[in-house]
Amino acid sequence: MIFQLRYAVALAAFGLCIFCSAGQAQDDRLVRPFKVQVPQAVLDDLRRRIAATRWPDKETVGDRSQGARLAELQELVKYWGSGYDWRKLEARLNALPQFKTTIDGVEIHFIHVRSRHKNALPVIVTHGWPGSVIEQLKIIGPLTDPTAHGGSAEDAFDVVIPSIPGYGFSGRPTGTGWDPERIARAWAELMTRLGYTSYVAQGGDWGTPISSAMARQAAPGLRGIHINLPATLPPEVAAALASGGPAPAGLTDQERAVFEALRASGMKGSLAYFTMLTARPQTVGYGATDSPVGLAAWVLVHPGFAQWSYGADAKQSPTKDDVLDNITLYWLTNTATSAGRLYWENGARGSVIAAVPQKTSEIKLPVAITVFPEDVYRAPETWARRAYPNLSYFHEVDKGGHFAAWEQPELFAAELRAAFAPVRPAH
Amino acid sequence: MTTTDGSTKEIRRFRVNFPDAQLADLRRRIKETKWPEREQVNDASQGVQLATMQALARYWAAEYDWRKCEERLNALPNFITEIDGLDIHFIHVHSKHEGALPVIITHGWPGSVIEQLKVIDPLTNPTKHGGSAADAFHVVIPSLPGYGFSGKPTAPGWNPVRIARAWTTLMERLGYTKFVAQGGDWGNAVSELMALQQPPGLLGIHTNMAATVPANISKALAFNEAPPTNLTAEERNAWNQLDLFYKKGLGYANEMANRPQTLYGIADSPVGLASWMLDHDARSQELIARVFAGKTEGLTRDDVLDNVTLYWLTNTAISSARLYWDTQQVSSGGFFDPRGIKIPVAVSAFPDEIYAAPRSWAERAYPKLIHYNRLDKGGHFAAWEQPALFTAELRTAFKSLRV
Repeated sequence: MIFQLRYAVALAAFGLCIFCSAGQAQDDRLVRPFKVQVPQAVLDDLRRRIAATRWPDKETVGDRSQGARLAELQELVKYWGSGYDWRKLEARLNALPQFKTTIDGVEIHFIHVRSRHKNALPVIVTHGWPGSVIEQLKIIGPLTDPTAHGGSAEDAFDVVIPSIPGYGFSGRPTGTGWDPERIARAWAELMTRLGYTSYVAQGGDWGTPISSAMARQAAPGLRGIHINLPATLPPEVAAALASGGPAPAGLTDQERAVFEALRASGMKGSLAYFTMLTARPQTVGYGATDSPVGLAAWVLVHPGFAQWSYGADAKQSPTKDDVLDNITLYWLTNTATSAGRLYWENGARGSVIAAVPQKTSEIKLPVAITVFPEDVYRAPETWARRAYPNLSYFHEVDKGGHFAAWEQPELFAAELRAAFAPVRPAH
Repeated sequence: MTTTDGSTKEIRRFRVNFPDAQLADLRRRIKETKWPEREQVNDASQGVQLATMQALARYWAAEYDWRKCEERLNALPNFITEIDGLDIHFIHVHSKHEGALPVIITHGWPGSVIEQLKVIDPLTNPTKHGGSAADAFHVVIPSLPGYGFSGKPTAPGWNPVRIARAWTTLMERLGYTKFVAQGGDWGNAVSELMALQQPPGLLGIHTNMAATVPANISKALAFNEAPPTNLTAEERNAWNQLDLFYKKGLGYANEMANRPQTLYGIADSPVGLASWMLDHDARSQELIARVFAGKTEGLTRDDVLDNVTLYWLTNTAISSARLYWDTQQVSSGGFFDPRGIKIPVAVSAFPDEIYAAPRSWAERAYPKLIHYNRLDKGGHFAAWEQPALFTAELRTAFKSLRV
């Protein structure tokens, strides 16, 4: 296990390239420990910019239908510029084992927590937009240490949580081509580099196309995937939604309800951000890069935040601090523009929830699905069975939405345990 | 004088005068811009290119002088009057020629009255600009609600239908009993809706962004079908332009029609605002990029920045975007769908417009087509880019409507 050896040595050497021989560039495969340390001046600059925000006038409606409401956003931003403390998040991140390694020319950041339990199942968990590894912090404990979280030792996972290229602490690709297919190949390489020969993959939002691409590519060692934003829309349903035509004949009551909900959501403009990021990530990027408030509003435009209380409900997860951790991460890493480019890369492929463009029928490995009822759509089991020929698990839970791991970490962990139990190797 | 709805009919003189502190703040913000990294491609397919934005920002912070624009504006008669509960700003220049034809010219997004400044003298004072006294116009150039120096609506409902009614009120308030209307972009929508409302004084309209696309063409484009095989060369060219726009160019309109308030970044960041405004349509963006790369054509750097700075100083980035939202609330029709206008319409098709309306489509869309001309240069901002051509078009277009 040469890579594991290098990994261990790299740990000891704190990233120094002790394997480099004369005339040889630094070994790309080296896994280097990483710690987050943002200079105070950068944090001061952020606070100064927040304080100097120039606001537009109030929206002309009494709800969020025109975007983040002025009063709600001002309240959140007031806290961001005064009470919010990035250093707490930094300490939380740095309490976890974080690494960087270069894959396919781009530096990949990831959190890697091994379970103390033998035979833990390795899982690579992928975030989406406008998310980051922050979304997954609350599931690390339940997954790696199940006995402390209502599970048994047999439920244990070794957890790998990478930052997508262009996101968080990963590198920002300077050339095109980092679409979900290429990211999937990089993830397979990452798992191999970590010495894992038998593992599973998980994702929602962009994590779904990426995990699904890994499955389609039949990455060596990959035993199955679990996704929480599946691509199940049958072609005739996707076509009717795209054209505005009538619902296809023969839908069940449940399917028709999902169809109508998707149509209503589209009519209410929930996909405008998707269209714009697909068309012009660079144009969106200027304002979101230069204005903290512009960035915050752009992140909060995602329909996954439609029911978010802006911290008014102190019991709701994600909390105000969680959401600001995530937004501040985008700000400090200057990734508003680079993260948006994933939509541009996806480009003509179009909808990430439609089966045909996502080539779901080509996946031969087991696919497990959990439907969280408040996600952007509630995939019916009938569509899921049609889309994924090897559907190994399907469960609609009673709560949770788009940011499932962030919102319902215990439930999310329980779903992963149940979903992956059948694919765990026998020991 | 007060009307029954409580709004006053008073017409107040207006002068532009922004405090120095606001200009200094703008300059500071530009200098302190936090930039993204360069786009990954060698064209504008990911949005406005970093080099263009940085050249613009350098010039904007170091050399650009808003006060010159302010002087130009203040040299003109500017007014504000309240219509339907909202302050409407307008420039109003009377021709010295008797029998001049009154015209109300409406800008669009991301435009303003700045677009029209170059055509005022040629239209009102034709004898100085190659025309005759019989070509003279009285010119009224309003700022759309939520734009420039007009008021910002605080409630929904200021869609083009309502704006069109307000414009008729404005012309009547100015004492004009016979007049014409002109526009491109939103100005076309407003002028066409005035034409549909058929106020007694409106003799006809001229458009430089005609809404002529036949239903079968719109449908084929929407469903990603192949173009009909019987298209003429002109029609095929329009098809290609529309296809590109629908596939790649509608993101900004979609965003503003659905979530205008989300664009906090362009209210807070000058560079964010400028990039959002530059990314309107491919041809005008290319033109502006060439201008900031040192080429001289159509627009100048000052032209572009006068307009962007006007949006910045009036803080109208989001209030202007709401016109898309307000329109979507009441209309499911496409921007280029024929509206069924019965009064006389004149069309100028500029080649670099989002699409150059073919004569055949214009004839079908407007049964009383009194003028059609296909220009050999000019784009979306026709009056701004090609003021001489634009003026000549208006003179010819409306000739038959003068009495």
